[in-house]
Amino acid sequence: MARAAQLGRLTVAIAWRRARLVERRPQTATARSLVLTVPGWPGHLPGQHVDVRLTADDGYQAVRSYSLAAPADADRIELGVQTVPDGEVSPYLADDLPLGADVEVRGPLGNWFVWRTEQTEPVLLVAGGSGVVPLAAMVRAHRRAQSRSPFHLLYSVRTPDEIWYRDHLADGDPRLDVRIVYTRQAPPGSTRAPGRIAPADLEEPTARLEPTSPVYVCGPTGFVEAVGNLLTDMGRDPATIRTERFG
Amino acid sequence: MNSFSPGFRGRSRSLADRLPPGQYPTESFPVLSAGPTPRVPTETWAFTVTTELGDTHSWTWEQMMALPQQETVQDIHCVTRWSKFDTHWRGVPLDAFLEDVETAADYVVVSSYGGYTTNLPLEDLLDGKAWIAHTYDGYPLSPEHGGPARLLVPHLYFWKSAKWVRGLRLTLEDDPGFWESVGYHNYGDPWREQRNWGD
Amino acid sequence: MADATGHLDGNCLAGPLSEILSVEPTTAWWRCPECARSGPLAGLHVYGPEPGLTARCPGCAYIALRLVREGEHIWLTVGGGTGAFRFRTA
Repeated sequence: MARAAQLGRLTVAIAWRRARLVERRPQTATARSLVLTVPGWPGHLPGQHVDVRLTADDGYQAVRSYSLAAPADADRIELGVQTVPDGEVSPYLADDLPLGADVEVRGPLGNWFVWRTEQTEPVLLVAGGSGVVPLAAMVRAHRRAQSRSPFHLLYSVRTPDEIWYRDHLADGDPRLDVRIVYTRQAPPGSTRAPGRIAPADLEEPTARLEPTSPVYVCGPTGFVEAVGNLLTDMGRDPATIRTERFG
Repeated sequence: MNSFSPGFRGRSRSLADRLPPGQYPTESFPVLSAGPTPRVPTETWAFTVTTELGDTHSWTWEQMMALPQQETVQDIHCVTRWSKFDTHWRGVPLDAFLEDVETAADYVVVSSYGGYTTNLPLEDLLDGKAWIAHTYDGYPLSPEHGGPARLLVPHLYFWKSAKWVRGLRLTLEDDPGFWESVGYHNYGDPWREQRNWGD
Repeated sequence: MADATGHLDGNCLAGPLSEILSVEPTTAWWRCPECARSGPLAGLHVYGPEPGLTARCPGCAYIALRLVREGEHIWLTVGGGTGAFRFRTA
């Protein structure tokens, strides 16, 4: 394939590749991790995404973007799928696509919303709901690389039932600091009242950053907008804030 | 049988006499956007018709509301394949704006607050086939659906029914608008499935 | 999918643009001719995906590009005008 993606170089992948579903794990009542094998997968950077294409029997096609949730593992890729009620694609991927069946994927895509293991500054990750997916790939890559760069993850969820990747986020990595913010219902004993991310939630994690430290914000459009505004109001250089919005 | 995504159907596409080819019926009223939603106060709203010679005719909100009003119930068809039956509108037929306008033009470019444009033949706006609509389902048209006023041309795909309408420019040639210039059909008849440039 | 009145960002253009560009597009630098703001393509505000993708300046909403997939063609405009490029992809 003349135009196969080469990591860290400029050329991008344009081909649709066959991807086989080999594992499906629940993350929450409505969220799933899908593991697919993609023969010839060229590898990817944490934060990159793929486009997934579904084809109906009559030829109708639907394409949606999904973030890669883990670093590359040979030809295995992991996606995070949040069911959108009444959605056309996500309920099918979350519950109906049979194990062993194929879809098509195109990628890896996007070189902007990525963290590279050679980066050394402290990093702040801010996730809203299923926006945690590409940030989880960064957390896993950070751990795998034994990076010395301190990582802080501020993760906003509505209720304790909606936390993805519990095992990965709570395994005592000394260079990973995870704070969870509950917007609707906090677990018993919480000292913080439920509510959206406020300046007070950002003060401590941003205090540990360097002026050039990157902040990665991923979540619904309104969440990303709100957090971006809070960060710039606190004096962060907008050029250091990288955002990824989804609907 | 396709070898990819077995069992995937997309949205159900049923057949009915009122459903143009390739459409599915919906109860909801999806909002498609190509930009931020303009907020246009009626105090500063104006509707302007500009002829091919550059003559202009303008109406303020009060002047528009003083024109004869019509209620109309229409099926609407979006090129993204949803159709919505029996939508209730109130507005002013375009005939009321165009009856005193001298023109030899055959085409119109419709322009909107926010910069959107769309093109269509002048005759498709006349004889009670199109309205400047300001009321939907008994309520003032919301900004998301094109309020304070949108064009309503229900016999063409709904992208022709420009939201946040601000004026018409009469032209001698058919001049492609916002979507027409990137591959969508210059006319857009849902019954002939004129979705794209080559259809 | 996008809440229809909201927008995504230029990251989501990586796949669609990969069909016509051979260089990864989302890190491309762009300067708005209207308000002089500059930044990466990834930071544009993107509306759509249907009837097409419209990428706008995050500061002033000036149109940076529009992209429509139609059968085996991709239509692209760069900037706010209506002159389009039509690419054959198959």
